[in-house]
Amino acid sequence: MIPSIPQPKFYKGLYSGYITLFFIYLSAPLIVVGVFAFNDSLFPSMPWEGATLAWFFGTEGPYIGIFNDSKLLESIGVSAFVAFWVTVLSVTVGTCNAFLFERSQFPGKNLLYIVSLSPLVIPGVILGISILVFSNAIANGVEEAIGWDLEFLRPGLFLVIIGQFAFITTITTLVISARLRKFDISLEEAALNLGASRRAALWTVTIPFLKPALVGAGIVAFLMSFENFNTTLMLVGSDAPLTIAMFDRLKQGSTPVLNALSLLLMVVSGGLALLSVFVQRDKTS
Amino acid sequence: MSNGTSVKGGGTFCFGLLLLAFPLLLWLFLLVVLPHIDLFLVSMRERISYGKYEFSLINYIEFFSEPLYWNTYVRTAVMSIFATFLTLVIGFPVSYYIAKFMRGKGKNVLFLMCLIPFWVSELVRTFGWMILLRESGVVSNFLQWSGIADGPVEMLYNDATIMVGLVYTSMLFMIVPLVSVLDSLDDSLIEAGYDLGGNGFTVTRDIVIPHAMPGIASGCIVVFMLTLGNYLTPNLLGGKDSLWFTEQIYTQFITRFNWESGSAFGFLLLVLSSLIVWVGLKLSKQTLSETVG
Repeated sequence: MIPSIPQPKFYKGLYSGYITLFFIYLSAPLIVVGVFAFNDSLFPSMPWEGATLAWFFGTEGPYIGIFNDSKLLESIGVSAFVAFWVTVLSVTVGTCNAFLFERSQFPGKNLLYIVSLSPLVIPGVILGISILVFSNAIANGVEEAIGWDLEFLRPGLFLVIIGQFAFITTITTLVISARLRKFDISLEEAALNLGASRRAALWTVTIPFLKPALVGAGIVAFLMSFENFNTTLMLVGSDAPLTIAMFDRLKQGSTPVLNALSLLLMVVSGGLALLSVFVQRDKTS
Repeated sequence: MSNGTSVKGGGTFCFGLLLLAFPLLLWLFLLVVLPHIDLFLVSMRERISYGKYEFSLINYIEFFSEPLYWNTYVRTAVMSIFATFLTLVIGFPVSYYIAKFMRGKGKNVLFLMCLIPFWVSELVRTFGWMILLRESGVVSNFLQWSGIADGPVEMLYNDATIMVGLVYTSMLFMIVPLVSVLDSLDDSLIEAGYDLGGNGFTVTRDIVIPHAMPGIASGCIVVFMLTLGNYLTPNLLGGKDSLWFTEQIYTQFITRFNWESGSAFGFLLLVLSSLIVWVGLKLSKQTLSETVG
């Protein structure tokens, strides 16, 4: 099965055929979404009515293009806002966690490590409802005790950020830990021997070494937050992030403006994905 | 993992450790541990009147006595296991091809091609399947054009379509661990297997699969967990009759505003998912930190 082992031509052809079919399966939905963004019809379906750019730039109803659809544009803004905060928080906490797990010894470390991996095996919907129930309990408790109405603990963007942060932090922790594990501690010791303070050694030696992982983790966190649906669904208030807004439109049946939006998303997230691959590629070793 | 005690005094080190551990503890306790304990507590109470609750098992009794809930639960579990199995069977040959047939640049390109669709939102991918499979969709038109079907064919809103969507959505999480574990298998071991008289089947069974077991386990666990907790794909591709358990949770919480019963459902789904993950780990003799870490 490997090149050094002779196989009948027929078998090889069959295998290549299977791989080709697989890649058609993989790409078909994405290609279709992209192509129908240019269809001059009110529905994202057959037949093909000729090409148009109206679903990008159109201004007259029903041909309202994505660049003029204020509701969708607004929800992109909401998503970007959420993703920004989730990225900042999860990369910061992930870095602390990486140092904690890779550099120090303390009782109960293994247990803590397992618990911090657990968000990966908790379904997103359940993470969402448990945070919803808990924050609601706190908000009610505070209101009963001292009469303050903590608005931010009710469904809304704050809870969405917190909910996504809860599981994305596990991923940033793993990415940054993997890089920190490869770090040669003697480099830091050399810096200390040469008279650097601990803080200086950290900022000039360790953090620059971690930079590819920090950037990579940041990109992953941003994309995961931007595309999250399950946790967001349970915690969302009146401001709908993009995935929720798109879901509502899809359920109602929408014009191909959704295709145009999807095509833009594909281009942007594909580009970011490639960027994260190149950033994380280790050039030194 | 050498620690900083050699350069720092004990007292300050301890303080630094606490400072470092503070965000972690805050994160884990406020967002993971306590909310799930609270979820359990809420599921064990009954609403008597406004703001008054009593300890009760009524939510769980309701779940077991109402066939709709119970059937949806079992159906979700069975379909998730089947989807995981299908993902493995479809993804394994592809991973093997990428890891063992391809070399150098072609390999990286092929691997990236597998990854890129998954950077696109699940919503967009599901939307693509809807355009392909709906009554006025691409596949239906193609079938009519080629004369296989006489009229429009509706391919949405059935279990097979849900399965196609679920397998599609999960494929990445199977292929990545499989490619990395198959990459680490030395080609000479496979050659030795053939030299010693093995054929394709016995070599795969006795050499490739045992070696790939950690990757298979971690792929299956992640895929199963994601499938079980999926909401979008069954909802959009399955329509009203998709009967996925996450939809029941959503209905209880958002539509019926019955948080007690919704919490019970959520907790039951969590138990199911943890149980099957645990069984999977035991069967493949892996631990959670090896699998995801």
